[in-house]
This record gives sequence, structure tokens and C-alpha cells, in this order.
Amino acid sequence: MSSIARLLRAREAGILVMLVLFALVVGLIQPRFLTAETLRIVLLAVPLIMVAAMGQMMVLVARHVDLSIGSILGFSAIAAGMIFRDHPDWPLFIGFGVALLSGALLGLFNGLVVTLFKLPSIIVTLGTLSLYRGLLFILSGSKQIDPNDIPEPLIKMAQTSPIDIPWIVIIAFGVALATHVFLTYSQIGRQIYAIGSNPAAAPLRGIRVMPVTILVFTLSGALAGLAGIIYAARFGYVNPGITGVGFEFTVIAAVVIGGVSINGGVGSVAGTVLGVLFLGAVQVALPILGVSGFWQNAIYGGIILIALVIDRTVRQGGLRGLLARGGA
Amino acid sequence: MSATGPLVSARGISKSFGGVEVLRNVDLDLMPGEVHALLGENGAGKSTFSKILAGVHKPTRGTLSLAGQPVEIPSPIAAQRLGITLIHQEPISFPDLSVAENLVIGQVGARPLGRVRWAALAQEAKRLMALLDVPIDVTKPMRGLSIADQQMVEIARALASDSRLIIMDEPTAALTPKEVETLFKIVRRLREEGRTIVFISHRLEEVRAICDRVSIFRDGDRIETAWTADLSDAEIIRRMIGRPVADYLHRGTSHVGAVALSVRDLTLPGRFEGISFDVRKGEIVGLGGLVGAGRTDVARAIFGVAPASSGTISVDGKPVTINEPSDAIALRIAFVPEDRAIAGIFRSLPVETNITAAVPEKIAPRGIIRRATEKLLASQSVEKLSIRLASVRQPIGELSGGNQQKAILARWLLSDPEILILDEPTRGIDIGVKAEFYDMIGELAASGRAILLISSELPELLALSDRILVMSEGRLTADIPRAEASQEAIMFAAVPRSGRHTVSGAAA
Repeated sequence: MSSIARLLRAREAGILVMLVLFALVVGLIQPRFLTAETLRIVLLAVPLIMVAAMGQMMVLVARHVDLSIGSILGFSAIAAGMIFRDHPDWPLFIGFGVALLSGALLGLFNGLVVTLFKLPSIIVTLGTLSLYRGLLFILSGSKQIDPNDIPEPLIKMAQTSPIDIPWIVIIAFGVALATHVFLTYSQIGRQIYAIGSNPAAAPLRGIRVMPVTILVFTLSGALAGLAGIIYAARFGYVNPGITGVGFEFTVIAAVVIGGVSINGGVGSVAGTVLGVLFLGAVQVALPILGVSGFWQNAIYGGIILIALVIDRTVRQGGLRGLLARGGA
Repeated sequence: MSATGPLVSARGISKSFGGVEVLRNVDLDLMPGEVHALLGENGAGKSTFSKILAGVHKPTRGTLSLAGQPVEIPSPIAAQRLGITLIHQEPISFPDLSVAENLVIGQVGARPLGRVRWAALAQEAKRLMALLDVPIDVTKPMRGLSIADQQMVEIARALASDSRLIIMDEPTAALTPKEVETLFKIVRRLREEGRTIVFISHRLEEVRAICDRVSIFRDGDRIETAWTADLSDAEIIRRMIGRPVADYLHRGTSHVGAVALSVRDLTLPGRFEGISFDVRKGEIVGLGGLVGAGRTDVARAIFGVAPASSGTISVDGKPVTINEPSDAIALRIAFVPEDRAIAGIFRSLPVETNITAAVPEKIAPRGIIRRATEKLLASQSVEKLSIRLASVRQPIGELSGGNQQKAILARWLLSDPEILILDEPTRGIDIGVKAEFYDMIGELAASGRAILLISSELPELLALSDRILVMSEGRLTADIPRAEASQEAIMFAAVPRSGRHTVSGAAA
């Protein structure tokens, strides 16, 4: 098989085609969608999702799921925001450190509960989704971090950098690249795939399932924490009752559209990046097309279903295979 | 064997699960450079013993030493580190990873943050597969490999980690004779290199072909260890089951009646072609051939799982259309599939639900399940087939393989089928239960059922069948009456040869 044929058959190809088709269709209806300005808006919209999606992807590949990332994002954003508010003289990186560390700790807790008590992660993280949200209300005293409490340099990171691409975009793609290298070229990365591919076999093959699983949840938490500080930079405020609510849905949607299997063992950074870009493009296209905000959730849901159907169809020998099965 | 001491010395090994002792005081020495068979019925303790060597289970009591040094083997990783590899009965693999990755993942010495060198990995994998002389593309994912190929990958993995002790748990169960030959060649070479092989198999002829010594287990005790050549088959079997065995006697074929099932020119491109045969009431027709010859595909086509694209099926002389299994069930055809784990059982559901699954009209006459009826029917079946279980409410997945198989047979007997298709009904079942199965199959035929029996075990086919059909590469190549049937005749027809003219249609 030539490398081009292999490329075309890859799961990522389907998503890329969807993305291009979507852009062309929207562009036909509303030509101003196909401009550099739109690309800029899309790129600004995606870092938040992309960073957390890298963590979620690893969790899904290991045949788990992390529903608590929205609350972790909120918690980390509040924690970092309180540092900024209460200690305006402290350097910026302390805020970053607090967000990453608090996210990592909450993720670590998820991983410990899942592995120590052998509980299904969907239930555990559903519980911590609520638990962490509650904790962040207690921590913040239910008070919002106001725009004037967010340091100016942080806001600037969502707008510029020395090379004219906003820092948060650079960070997001940097995280994606690092994730790709980690998953493809490290022993642990391959073990994550192995665990998700056949969890029962992994310990028999000498893979230490528990620490690897805990690591995956910790990374997911840390990346959600990083997303928290990106949130503060981009929106300029943090609200305990708003920040990160429903975020897990968007992220899981992007990851699944990106071809990552809910059944574990399958998924790539390239696919996830495309999934995130696709969702970002939809986000930006809807207002340009004049679609009411009320429709947004319904359209997201529909897109996930379509993506799943297309993915399944492609993997089962194309549309012809699907029709043959249906008609039998 | 060399003059040095044993590679492995087990002394007083005992193991209990939940208070039940499954291994009692086992002493065993394994010498360097020997192939050592562990024999025994299912549940005799041979698999538990191997798993203790491989670090999967920890012994309750007893000591192990390796090359004279006392050792503990607390985990599979520790076993690997000591140079012990267990090749599981059902090859375990990571279907989404490539063959090459499957060979090395979890391997000792790999640092967690170490780099995966893809090019070197592929090269090493190719070298190992070449050693085994199996043409497998190592860059392809494991998913989609045949069981035989997966087995070869497992063996390659043992070579990759340079193991001193390689334990093979029923490695030949899913292999064709040619693949078995390849495996034996490899085993002999490993023995010459001074490695120790533990070989678990139910097939005595294989044990004879390859094993220097045998150890026989029964009910958790090691009964005897001896040179293979010093024991006759009958002696081995007697020690395994603890009682003398009569040969399976073939029942008379006096009650063969009218044609019940008739297929003509059944074809599914790429799977089978021009298949024609009849099965009469009261007749057991054996269907032999190598794994992959298309026998299961024919059965699946008759049962409507994957219908043929052309050809006709008649039941009791009338042409019928079977597009899905429910059509076949309505015609009172039953199919006990080969791979019960995938196609046969509802693993997490209770035994009673599994047994009554094919007869909804009996347990739920008006669409509402009558618990009492369900329980009664299930309990009757359990008693009739002597299925061993704690309760009919127990999830079927907790039963042993043989008892699961009996429960599936019970399911189809409840539906009172006229035509019964059995696909490898006794695979992985121990000898005692097999004999019970043979009796049951004989009784079913005697009561006027038409039975199509697919089996890769030649003695089984010979013992039970009135006629034996043989398939090779998707075609029928022989229809052998009982009087002329022999292992040689079946194998002659089963082995593919280029340019041979098949006798398709000969069955009519």
C-alpha cells in the first residue's frame, strides 16, 4: 500500500474531509467565512477546548472517561484568580503553577478512587463533577473574580505574542505536540493504548495498570487546570457558577468527533486536533450564518451523531457496506 | 537432558480459592531442555500450577526454586524478569496495537519514559517472525489476525524476551495440522537451545509427538510423573480420570428416516461454493476439514446468520427461505456455535435466562415472563444434562466451559429442534464431560433428530457420525460412509492440494 493510500484510509482523513466540506459549504452561503479573520477567530476559540481535549483523549484511549474536567477547570481558574486578586504583586507563573497543580491534584484524586476501589470512571467523575464544583463555591465564597482582578499580562496572552500568534494558541498547539510525542514515542504512552485495547490482558503482560491509569487522570486534571487559566486570560473573569459548566460535553464531543474510540485503544492527537478545529469552526460559523444561540447545543449534538455515523460507516467498508448490512 | 539440576523445583505447592483447595502439595521438577506435558481433566489443577509459575497466582503454601535458588514470583512482571513466559490458552493481545508492538509491550528492561524506536522495533519483529517462518505483516494491527497467527505472535514474544521457561497452555487447540507441525518444529528447536517447555494439551498424540515427560494431575493432586514412552494412552487416561474408560461405542444406525435437511449448490463467494448434501432424520452427519475450510460458514448460512448468496435449502422436502436465525428457529433448526463466548452465551445473565432464551413462547405465553415456568424449565434441563452449578440464578459466565456448553445445548433442546447443527461442541471440554456429550448426541439422533456435527477432532467424527462429509477450501471434497471412514481418509480429503478436482455435489 502506498503511503498516500494509507493516509487516505486513516481515520483522520474522514475528519479532515468533513472539516473542509463544512468550511466550503458555509463559505458558499456566507463568503466572509472563508477569510483569514475567521481563521483567527477559530484559532482563538479552540485553545481552551484543545488543551483539555488532549487530556480527555488519553483518558478515553485508556478506556475511561473524565466528566469532572469542567469543574476542575472552574476550580483551577478560581484558585489562580484568587492568587491574582489577593496577591497582585506575585509573578504570573505562580498563578499558572497553582492552576496546574490544583488541576493535577483533583485529577489524581479521580485516578485514585477509580483504581483503588475499581469503580467505573463514568460514575466516579460524575460524583467529583459535583464535588469539585461544590468545593470551588466554598473556596471562592461564591464570589466572582472580576475583570480588574485579572492581571493585564495574562489578558495580553490571549491577544498577542512576539510572533503575532496569541500565546494561548501557541500553548495549545505546544500541548498537542507534546501529547503526540508522549503517546507515540514513550513506553508509557504505548501502554495507555494497550490498557484501553485490552484491560484484562494488560497486567498479564506486565503493564502496571494502576499507576498508568492514575497518571492519565492526573494529566487530564492538570490540563483541565491549564484550560482554567486560559479561560481567565480569554474571558477576563472567573465565575464560580458559570466557568467550566458543561465544558466536559464540548470536550468529549470534540474528542469523539476526532475519531477517538469510546471503547478505548484508538485515538490520535492529529484526529483530536481536527475534531477540536471542527467544533471551533462550527462555533464560529453559527453566528455568521445567523443561527440563533438557542440552536447551538442541538446542533452540537446532531454533529456528534453525524460524526459517529460517518466514522462507523467508513470503518465498515464504506456506505455500500452499511447499506448491505441494513438491507440484509 | 543434561546432568545439571532442575530448572524449576516446586515443593509442596498448594493453592486455595475461597476455601476450596484446587492444588494440593504438588512436588514437581522441570529439567532444562525438556518438554514436559501437564495432563489432566479441566479443573485438575494443571492450569493453576502453570499460573503459579507465571506469577498470575500466588501459592497458598509451598516453595519454588529456580536453578537451585529459592524464588518468589509475585507478579507476571516478576515471572518475566525471571525468564518465565506463559502463553495463554486464549491468546491475549492488544487488538488495536500493531503486531510488532504486541511483541514487546510490557517487556522487561523497558524504562517507562524510554523512547519507542519504531524502526528498530519493526526490524526486530520481522526477524522474530522470520525465525518462526510465519508471513505476518508486523505493522498491521493484531485485530483481524487468525487465532493461529495470534498464537505465533505469542510464541515470538516468548522468544523476544529470551525466556528460560515457556509454558504453553493448549497451544494447538485452534491450529491446523500444518500449523501444529510448525509449532512442534519451533518447540524442538527451543528444547535444543536448552529451554524448558511446559506443554498443556488434551491431545495425547501431540503429547506423544513432542513431550519427553508427562505429569498427570487429578483433582488438585499430581498423580504421576513419567517418561512419555513408558505410559500407554489407556494408562494415561486412566490416571487422568481415575476410572477405566470404555471406548466410545458407536450406536446402531437403524432408525434413519426421511431427508430432513437438504442443501443444493449453496454458494457464498469467498467462503464456500457448490455445497450439496442431505441429512436424514435420525442420522448424524459429520462435517470434517481443516480450520478455515468453510465448515462454520456453511452452518452459519443454513442458520441464517450469514445467508448464502445462491443455492437452495429444503426442510422436510419443502424449499425454504432462511434470511435470519429467527427463520431457522421457526423451522425448528438449532445451532450450537463454535465460539460460545461470542455467539453462544449471555455472559452476565443467569443460567436460567440463558437456557430459556430460545423459547420465549414457553416462558412468556402472553408476553409476560412467568418466573416459575422459567425456573422449572431451567431446573429440569440442569438435572437432565447434569449441569454443575450453585444456582440457576447464577450468571452463566461463572460456570466452567463444559457446563456453559451444556447449558447452551439445553437451550436448543428446549426448543425441541428437528435439525441440530453442532459446531465443535466439545472444544475445550474435559474427557469426562465429553463422554456425556457423546451419549446425549447419540440419544438425540436415536429420537429422530437430524444432526450435522462439525468437528476438528477426528476420533470424535469417527465415533459419532453415520457419514462424514469433508470440506477443503470452501468445497466438499468427500462423502465417506461410516464403513469406509478412517482418519487417513478424512485427512486425505481435507488437505488442500493444488489442481485437484473436487467432488462437489457428490453428497446428493
